[in-house]
Amino acid sequence: MRRFDTVISAFIPAFAALALVSCNKNPGPPPNATQTYGQVAGGPHAVPPVAAAPADDGNWTMPGKNFASTRFSGLNQITPANVKTMSIAFTFSTGTTKGFEAPPLVVNGTMYIITPFPNNLFALDLTKPGAPTKWVFKPKPAAASQGVACCDVVNRGAVYDAGKIFFNTLDGQTFAVDADSGRMVWRTQLGDIQNGETITMAPLVAEGKVLVGNSGGEMGVRGWIAALDEGSGKIAWKAYNTGPDKDVLIGPDFHPFYAMDRGTDLGVKSWPPDAWKIGGGNVWGWISYDPELHMIYYGSGNPGPWNPDQRPGDNKWTTGVFARDVATGKARWFYQTTPHDLFDHDDINEIILADIPWNGGRRPVMLRPARDGFFYVIDRRTGEVLSATPYGYVNAYKGVDLRTGRIVPNPEKAPKVGRVVRDICPASPGAKDWNPAAFSPVTGLVYIPHNNLCMDFGAMEANYISGTPYVGSDVKMYAGPGGNRGVFTAWDPVNRRKVWEIKEDLPLWSPALATAGGLVFYGTMDGWFKAVDARTGKQLWQFKAGSGIIGQPISYRGPDGRQYVAVVAGVGGWAGAVVSAQMDTRDPTGALGFANAMKDLPLKTTAGGMLYVFTVRR
Amino acid sequence: MSSPFGASLLLLGAAALTLSACDREEHHSRGKPIGETVPAGSSPQTIFPGSSLPPAPDMRAKLYDNNANAISRGQQLYTWMNCVGCHSHGGGGMGPPLMDDQWRYGSGIAQIATTIAEGRPNGMPAWRGKLTEDQIWSLAAYVRSMSGLPSKDAVSSRSESMSGPTPQTLTPHPDTTNSDAVPQ
Repeated sequence: MRRFDTVISAFIPAFAALALVSCNKNPGPPPNATQTYGQVAGGPHAVPPVAAAPADDGNWTMPGKNFASTRFSGLNQITPANVKTMSIAFTFSTGTTKGFEAPPLVVNGTMYIITPFPNNLFALDLTKPGAPTKWVFKPKPAAASQGVACCDVVNRGAVYDAGKIFFNTLDGQTFAVDADSGRMVWRTQLGDIQNGETITMAPLVAEGKVLVGNSGGEMGVRGWIAALDEGSGKIAWKAYNTGPDKDVLIGPDFHPFYAMDRGTDLGVKSWPPDAWKIGGGNVWGWISYDPELHMIYYGSGNPGPWNPDQRPGDNKWTTGVFARDVATGKARWFYQTTPHDLFDHDDINEIILADIPWNGGRRPVMLRPARDGFFYVIDRRTGEVLSATPYGYVNAYKGVDLRTGRIVPNPEKAPKVGRVVRDICPASPGAKDWNPAAFSPVTGLVYIPHNNLCMDFGAMEANYISGTPYVGSDVKMYAGPGGNRGVFTAWDPVNRRKVWEIKEDLPLWSPALATAGGLVFYGTMDGWFKAVDARTGKQLWQFKAGSGIIGQPISYRGPDGRQYVAVVAGVGGWAGAVVSAQMDTRDPTGALGFANAMKDLPLKTTAGGMLYVFTVRR
Repeated sequence: MSSPFGASLLLLGAAALTLSACDREEHHSRGKPIGETVPAGSSPQTIFPGSSLPPAPDMRAKLYDNNANAISRGQQLYTWMNCVGCHSHGGGGMGPPLMDDQWRYGSGIAQIATTIAEGRPNGMPAWRGKLTEDQIWSLAAYVRSMSGLPSKDAVSSRSESMSGPTPQTLTPHPDTTNSDAVPQ
C-alpha cells in the first residue's frame, strides 16, 4: 500500500501540469471537458498514448471507449462522495433473454443498443424524457446460426463512426446502418454457418476500414480478420490466422521478436498435414489501434480441436497476438502467447495501449491480462515481452521465459488422450475470459474482472464433421483455491503487483468501467451492479438488476450536461448459458464443462435483457 | 425411501424384472427389411384438424424404443457424430439439454428420429443422408433414454465419458413436475 500512496501523491503535480497542457492544446474546451491524461509526459505511472485516447467528449462511440481500449470515462461528476445518491434515470427492455455482453453506445444525444441474436439495433432519443425509441433496425439473421454458436448467441457490441453504426450478426454478416435514420447503408456476408462460422465480436473502425473477425474455434473454423471499406462494405483485405504465408499476409515486413515465431509458412508446417484448414485461431475478441504506428493489434483464438494430442506442433498462428498494418493487413509482428495451446486458452483478450515508465525511460506498450493467467506487458512496436506476471492462481504453466518468449507449460497438467488430468488452473475460460479490464490514467491501474476456476480435463479423439463441434474433451470446472469463483483485481502494470482485490462468489463475466471521478464499475452474474473506490477497492454503492450482468458498463454526458452510467443486464454467455440456455446441471460437462461450476446460478438469477441508466442526485 | 414398504416394493420390482428380462427385446436379424421411409413423428400436442385421431404410429418405434442393443449403438454414435459437442452428456450447451423432461418437438422416439433426420430451424442439423435409417433410430433410442423414459434395464450401466456424469442407470430422474428444481 505504501507504494501506491507514492504513486497517488506523485500524480497530483502531474495532474496540475496536465490541466495547463490541455488548455494549450484545446482552444475553448467544451463545458465539463476533462483532462487529456495522455499528455502527462514521464509521469510516475502508465498512461494511454494521447493519439489513441483523446480527451473525453462525453460520447461513447466504441466498446473500448477509444483506440487504446481504456474503457475509461473522463467524466467526473459522479464521485466516491456522491455515488451513494445514484439512482435510476430510465430503463429499457431489449426483448431478449440471451447473454447480453454489448455496451450501449452514446453519440450526440442518441443511445444505440445492439442485442444478442436476433441482433436488433435500437436507437433511443436521450433528449426526451424516458429516452423513447427513435428507430429499430432488424437484420433478421438466419435462425440456424444459433445452433453453431459455441457459447450462447452473444454480440459484443457495435461501433459508431462518421454517421454510421457498424455491427456484426451471428450468421456472419457485417452491417452499416445510418445513425440518424436507421436505414441500412450496406451489408457484407463474410461467414458461412454451414461450416460452423459465426461472428460475435464488435468491429473496430480505423483509417476508413471496418475490421471484423470470425468465431468458430469450437467448430474447426479457420480464423481470419477482414478489413471492409467503410463507405462500401467491400473487402479491402483479409488475413487468415492459419495456413501459408500468402494467406496470413506475411511478407518482408514481418519481423517477430522471438525466433520461435520466425520461418516460412509456419501456419502450415506447425500442424499435421492439412490440420490448419480446420485449425481455429479465430478473431472473436478485441482489436486496438495505434494511430501513430498505423498498426492494429488483435489476439487469435484457440486451435481446434481442444484435444492437443490431435495437433502436434506449435499450431501457428493461433493463441497469439498479431500486429498488422491497418491499410494493407500485412503482418508486422506476432507473439505466440501459448504455442500448442493445451487448455483452450484463447488469446483474444483486450489489448490496452499504454506508455509506461521502464528502466528510466518510457516504452510504448500493450497491457494484457491474458487467459493463461499472466499479465503481459509487451512493446507494441516490436512484440518484445517486457514482463509476464501471474495475476491469478496458475499451476498449468511454470512461467514465461523472457529470453525465448516461450511459456513453460507444467508437464503434469498436460492433457493426454484417454485420461483425465485433474486440478488444472486456470480452467478453459482462463484467469480471465473475453470481458475486458478498464485502465485508469488517474491511478495508473488496470481493473481486471476475472475468474478463479480450475478444471478436470479428459482428452479424446475428435471427429471433424463440418458444421458440428470439433472439441474432443470432457471438461468439468470448479472454483479455484479459496472457493470464490470470481475476483476483481486492481493491478499495477509498472510494479507488476496487485494493489487490491475483491473476491466474488460467482465468476466475473462483465467488463469493467473506470471513471475520472475515481470510481470503478462492474456487474456480477447474480445481478449486482457495483461501484467501488478506484484507489481502495471499497464498495460504495450497489444496485440489484433483474438479471445477471455480463454486459459492459459505460459512462456518458447526457444532453442535459449530466454524467450518466449505463449497463445492460442479461445473464448468459459461456458462464451463464446454464440459465440462458436452460441447461440441465445434473450433467457436469454441459456448456463445455462450465455447467459444473455454475449449478447454483439458476436459483440466483433468471434470463432477461434490460438497460439500466443511472445518475446522481443534483 | 428406506421404509420397509419401499424395500418390499424394490424386491417385487426385482422379481418382475428377472421375469421380464428374458424377453426384454427382440433382434430381427432375419426379419423382413423395413422400407426406408421418413420417420413421421408428430408431437403429442400436435393438432390434427378435422379428426381427433393421430396417424398410425411408425412401426419402427416399437422395434427401437427400449431396446438395449439400439440404445448402446446410439450411445456410440452420439459421441462419434459430435452430438456430444452441442448437447453434452445430456445437459446441453450449444444445443438444448436432452436429459430433462422438456421436449420441444415431442418425446416419442419417432419424433426424436424426425428431429435427427430432418433437423430443426434453430440450429439442429439434418442428418438424413449422412446416417442410415438404422443409425438415426438407434440414436433416437439413446437420446430418449437420456431423459430416463425407457426402463432402466435397457440403458447402459457404463458412462461413455471420462469426467462426465454418472451412468444412466444411476442418474436420478426425479419424477416431478417441478422440472427446474436445481439439485445442489
